[in-house]
Amino acid sequence: MSSDDAALDALAVLGDPVRRSLYRHVAAAPGDVTRDAAADAVGVTRAVAAFHLDKLVDAGLLETTFRRLSGRTGPGSGRPSKLYRRADGEYAVSVPPRAYDTVSQLLAEVVERAGLDTELQAAARAAGEAAGVADPVVALRERGYEPYWDCGKLRLRNCPFHALAEQFPALVCGMNLAGIEGLLGEGWSAAMDPLPEGCCVAIEGPEGVGEV
Amino acid sequence: MNDFHLAQVNVGRILAPLDSPQLADFVAQLPEINALADHAPGFVWRMVDDGGADATGLRPEDEDDLLLFNCSVWESVDALKAYVYRSDHLRVMARRREWFERLADHHMALWWVPAGHRPGVAEAMDRVALLRAKGSTPEAFTFRAPHPPPTGKAS
Repeated sequence: MSSDDAALDALAVLGDPVRRSLYRHVAAAPGDVTRDAAADAVGVTRAVAAFHLDKLVDAGLLETTFRRLSGRTGPGSGRPSKLYRRADGEYAVSVPPRAYDTVSQLLAEVVERAGLDTELQAAARAAGEAAGVADPVVALRERGYEPYWDCGKLRLRNCPFHALAEQFPALVCGMNLAGIEGLLGEGWSAAMDPLPEGCCVAIEGPEGVGEV
Repeated sequence: MNDFHLAQVNVGRILAPLDSPQLADFVAQLPEINALADHAPGFVWRMVDDGGADATGLRPEDEDDLLLFNCSVWESVDALKAYVYRSDHLRVMARRREWFERLADHHMALWWVPAGHRPGVAEAMDRVALLRAKGSTPEAFTFRAPHPPPTGKAS
């Protein structure tokens, strides 16, 4: 099976609307998700959620861990719960086949070697500004960042440039920050503040936004 | 317990002297970034000059007063990587072209040293030269093409 076939198989699993909703919910959640929470979020029974979540695990789109939610250990602390999270792998398919990942890698290599960080950041900032965004949270979600509020800061659970950022961290993360800065309107600010996972940028909104 | 630690050297040519306005932001962030390294998981040691705070007083090449140098030792490749790319250090990295010249050739080298060994300036610069001459080998390698420690244990 070619890698294209593998990607198509994985994505075909998302063709089912319930499964797609479950995937989106788990992928965008800041922590591991229980069956019950996923079922509630999507509005299906626990059994239906379990069935579809396990299909997503089989397809390599989600992975599972087991943890006792009570926080207790030892006898009498109950069975560990099955928790779901997005799997690390990524699938890209273009029909007909195109190889933009190869192009982006080559271009990044050249930009890195030429030392054009500042120029790249300026272009990213301009592209963000040109998008003329009304609601930054919606705009970031549409671009795949999976934003969530955490202690008054907007965190981004997904890095849309993950593979490239791994290879060219300074270049790509700098570009990403500038692009996000461009997207944000009056009163918003973005800063580099990496966590172990997810996007390295943290965002603060105008006063009052994002507070619970 | 691994008998080998990862040594790291990095050279960079600043665009203006350290006391110039152009470098002010960089110099201002040094104490914080160095403190971050000192407390990072897996940090072992970093070279400091006679001032004792950082390595900005060291010049690996006598005739070049703008060539800065830093060298440190870590428990593993992953520990160094987490500090370089997943901490506030990334904030400084993303602004590197405001302060540092682009160097055409390798400017960072990694190599394994016996735990407890402290590399000197000459040893570190030799590793950069080795990487430039031979590409990534177990004697001098890069993040992109890492080599395992001599024991063969995973890093």
